Amino acid sequence: MTTAATPPAGAFARLRRDPAAVSSLAVLLLVALACLVGPLLTGHAYDRIYYDYPRTPPSWRAYPEPGTLGPALDRLALRMRVRAEDVSVTPEAVRLTLAADRPVDERVLGFLARSDLFGPARVLARSPDGRRLSVEAPVRRLRFLLGTDALGRDLLTRTLVAGRVSLALGLLATAVALGLGVAYGAVAGTLGGAVDAAMMRVVDILYALPFVFFVIMLVVFFGRHLGLIFLAVGAVEWLDMARIVRGEAMAIRRRDYVLAAEALGAGTPAILRRHVVPNALGPVIAFAALLVPRVILLESFLSFLGLGVQEPMTSWGVLIADGARAIESSAWMLAVPAAFLVVTLVALNLFGDRLRDALDPREA
Amino acid sequence: MAPLLAIRGLTVAYGGRTVLHGLDLDIARGETVALVGESGSGKSQAALAVMGLLPERAAVSGSARFDGTELVGLPRPALDRIRGARIGMVFQEPMTALDPLFTVGHQIALPLRAHRGLTGRQAATRARELLRLVELRDAEARLTAYPHELSGGERQRVMIAMALACEPDLLIADEPTTALDVTVQARILALLNDLKQRLGMAMLFVSHDLRLVRRIAGRTAVMRAGRLVEVGPTERLFAAPAAPETRDLVAAEPAGRKAPPPPGSPVVLEARNVAVSYPGRGGRPWRPAPRRVAVAGIDLAVRAGETLGLVGESGSGKSSLGRALLRLEPSAGIVRFEDRDLTALSRAALRPLRRGFQPVFQDPHGSLSPRMSAGAIVTEGLRVHAPELGARERDARAAAAFAEVRLDPGTRHRPPHAFSGGQRQRIAIARAMILRPRLVVLDEPTSALDRTVQRDIVALLRDLQAAHGLAYVFISHDLAVVRALSDRVLVLRDGRAVEHGPVDTVLETPREDYTRALVAAATT
Amino acid sequence: MIPFVLRRLVQAIPTLFLVVTLSFFLIRLAPGGPFDLERPLAPAAMETLRRVYGLDQPLVVQYGRYLAALLRGDLGPSFSVRDLSVAELLARGLPVSMTLGALALVLALGLGVALGGLAAARRGGILDHAVMTLGTLGLTVPGFVVAPLLQIAFGLALGWLPVGGWEGGDPRHLVLPVITLALPQVAVIARLTRAALIEGAGLPHRRTLRALGLPPRVIALHALRGAALPVVSYLGPAAAGLLTGSVVVETVFGLPGVGRYFVDGALNRDYTLVMGTVVLIGVFVIVLNLLVDLATAAIDPRVRQAA
Repeated sequence: MTTAATPPAGAFARLRRDPAAVSSLAVLLLVALACLVGPLLTGHAYDRIYYDYPRTPPSWRAYPEPGTLGPALDRLALRMRVRAEDVSVTPEAVRLTLAADRPVDERVLGFLARSDLFGPARVLARSPDGRRLSVEAPVRRLRFLLGTDALGRDLLTRTLVAGRVSLALGLLATAVALGLGVAYGAVAGTLGGAVDAAMMRVVDILYALPFVFFVIMLVVFFGRHLGLIFLAVGAVEWLDMARIVRGEAMAIRRRDYVLAAEALGAGTPAILRRHVVPNALGPVIAFAALLVPRVILLESFLSFLGLGVQEPMTSWGVLIADGARAIESSAWMLAVPAAFLVVTLVALNLFGDRLRDALDPREA
Repeated sequence: MAPLLAIRGLTVAYGGRTVLHGLDLDIARGETVALVGESGSGKSQAALAVMGLLPERAAVSGSARFDGTELVGLPRPALDRIRGARIGMVFQEPMTALDPLFTVGHQIALPLRAHRGLTGRQAATRARELLRLVELRDAEARLTAYPHELSGGERQRVMIAMALACEPDLLIADEPTTALDVTVQARILALLNDLKQRLGMAMLFVSHDLRLVRRIAGRTAVMRAGRLVEVGPTERLFAAPAAPETRDLVAAEPAGRKAPPPPGSPVVLEARNVAVSYPGRGGRPWRPAPRRVAVAGIDLAVRAGETLGLVGESGSGKSSLGRALLRLEPSAGIVRFEDRDLTALSRAALRPLRRGFQPVFQDPHGSLSPRMSAGAIVTEGLRVHAPELGARERDARAAAAFAEVRLDPGTRHRPPHAFSGGQRQRIAIARAMILRPRLVVLDEPTSALDRTVQRDIVALLRDLQAAHGLAYVFISHDLAVVRALSDRVLVLRDGRAVEHGPVDTVLETPREDYTRALVAAATT
Repeated sequence: MIPFVLRRLVQAIPTLFLVVTLSFFLIRLAPGGPFDLERPLAPAAMETLRRVYGLDQPLVVQYGRYLAALLRGDLGPSFSVRDLSVAELLARGLPVSMTLGALALVLALGLGVALGGLAAARRGGILDHAVMTLGTLGLTVPGFVVAPLLQIAFGLALGWLPVGGWEGGDPRHLVLPVITLALPQVAVIARLTRAALIEGAGLPHRRTLRALGLPPRVIALHALRGAALPVVSYLGPAAAGLLTGSVVVETVFGLPGVGRYFVDGALNRDYTLVMGTVVLIGVFVIVLNLLVDLATAAIDPRVRQAA
């Protein structure tokens, strides 16, 4: 059976044989998967603040550390207005007797559960006068593989959730740029003539605008909604896309195979569908792939200035800004999100480069 | 006497692929030797290997001794004392072989300053002499011109001036006239011949074109698929080719004539006073530049089974006229196809009629959509004109069309780039033929092909014409092919018809100087 | 050449007009105003302020007044910085930003072309891979990550350089900001130069030069001039990148430049300051693109004749 347009099979075959393309794609999928399901597996909510663990460095160890429990219990006892006596600590649980001069109200046990160190306490025994309460509380074992931030939120979870935001923004804004650019460029390139000249003059003028500054103004003055940000970023980046699509459409329309199709009696929609779009697709896809990292970078730039994503939602740019402020005391706060961002961007750029090379018809 | 250049066992390989197998060839002082073969025969590889110009990944072995110095493996500084000084080289692409960012004078002065140690002023004086030597018009002014301001022929003259700047003992000319118009070709060839005599140098002339070789070389070496198949005096080679490959090449010159159309066959295409013009460059919105006239007032008619040859140099308007006849280009005047006036019809009204007249273009790379399978390309017209056909029926038609143009129907699912140039041109012909047109406009359909491939395409076109009573408009600059395929010829110059008549009359007894020049340039 | 410059300047007018108009209405249509403080002003005081600054007039009148003032070169008073006009503020910030930008551009060009040239000359070698890796990193590691890293390494750990401040343009205070600003551009220019040189090496006219037996020095001259075209055309986008980067660099290193004024102005709803900055940047971009076009024409005769 003859199909109207075979996909550029050669391009995919070339891409599959390219170790750089394959490995960068694998890294990207890994990052995306981690961001998507990772936050469910870390055991922390991205906005959960552990007051007992601010600025905890990355570590495999589980917290709390055994030596810290005694002093922590003493502090808790103080707030419960009791004395902690006969404290015995095992890795799993802590047993102690709460002693006071008056009968101990069992409701104070809530302090134990509310701390980040212990689970709900169980009463083992109560002295007849109620002044001594033997309780057992499980030790809540927490791991912060990549440490916590200044408020004591798990950095791994936050970074992964931030990754969702950054990646989604990157994809959405690229989609906006793609939609605008392809529509505009295809219309200009297909109609040609005076319409094309006028449309491209508009693009030229817009090109000379300091667009990043407009985006900053937009988000400052109209509020910092996610939607507005990706709209703004997409609006900045569509110009290049429009130029590329228009250039491709113009070049393809001049090719002999389009002339041949016209001679066959094919109408303009059929020529667009069968010839212009499939042949213009390669450079567009490649450019879009390279646009995603640019958009992510732009978003993180806005977030860094405090103009992007707002607390408690987060993005890589926000985390990096936080990290940069805390760099002297807790370098991991910068290192972790920056590493995720850089790895993702490198992989995206590498993959985009390889994709562009593979789709280049000259390689065929 | 020892030869000036002695090539022994010269071999070039890329990775595991050997493109030149142990070439042996001698060139004596003052002698012209031609190296002939079709594309892929290894002739250019041999020339570039001698000059040390192959890319680094090419593995060169064997020997090329120039006046006692071994060139293969010679270190760069020593090689550079020979290249440009004692061996000059001229390339095929006059449009790209000069650096666009530097003036002609600067570029000609380069070898003079490097090899002769001339000062800037001395070099400029010598460059002026050289430009006069290569008979460049207006030599003085051309020194400060940039390459893009020169025509192809003029650029080739500059290239020759550069190659000859240091009066080399050997000139290697790699297809020096292939990219030029035939009349320019003849003049460049005459110039090379003349300079060779006056300067007493030897020449290695690399070409695919046997006719040129016959005019310039005393001895000819024939190559095929990377091997030397025969070498000997040129005239002997033509008269009595020993190797079958040589016979094949000699016989590849288009020959034979087409049978005249049956008397009384109906007129299929008639054009009256056709004119094509394009918007001029520059200009302002309020004062547009004058339109550039490509075709002016052409009248012609073609009958069923008849071929009209449209002949002219590049820029003569022959392709614009072809597109205007197919209504692919806005034009003035009247074009009638059978009994319909096409010029009065809108694009939409024209569409159903289009299956009657089809084009075949020159470039078999550019005329096939790279993302479609060959079968889909061939059946694209059926989607328009026979939409009732299902995919299965279309595929069957594709297979039949492949068979008709003598392609293996089993290959129809492959993409265009899996085919050779000649095969691609067959696909383009099949795309036109599947609609059973009555008129086909062939725009240089054989110009991008090797002679042997060309011969087969010409044969195919003739057979198809005879089988279906087709009318052809055959556009070409190549009079040999025109003669083999046409009944009548229309000679175009600057968009105007300068001569029109039966092919034999026009080509045997041309009336106009222009036609005479074309004919002279194209015949041996 | 002069008609060409004039024509380009005339063509720049609609662009500049669009910049002014777009930013004017964008700012004025946004909710909030320059005098919305945390503790609201008394209505009468607010009314006075608005009248003094002409904000009580209809928008179109304000727009017309702004345009008229702009034609006289008057950018108006700053709303947030008392007693200073926007022009005075920008006159303070401009030397800072220009020094940073110019130094970064020179560094990026010098280092980028040198690295790209080395990589192309040693194509496929270790040096080439190193430059290409550096290029990818330079493109992907954002300035706001690089800046703190540099501050830690050279400022805090090694103690060689100050981590911030301007101090009247003391060269020691310039080193880290300029490096941060230049790094991504070094990356792009190195990649561009390398690609242009490698592509150029395969061109037919380069083969002609080799066939003429010319010394490597002459061939390198031709190669560099050919490679200069894409690099020079990149200078427009590079300047845009430097502008964006200067916002980050001036923030991180605490430098009193135009980028910083812009962000502060925007956050304080200082209408005139934001407008003034945008106009200044618009003019800068236009002039720079013109210079790039002139440079391209100087290098390439084909462009010169088309112009």
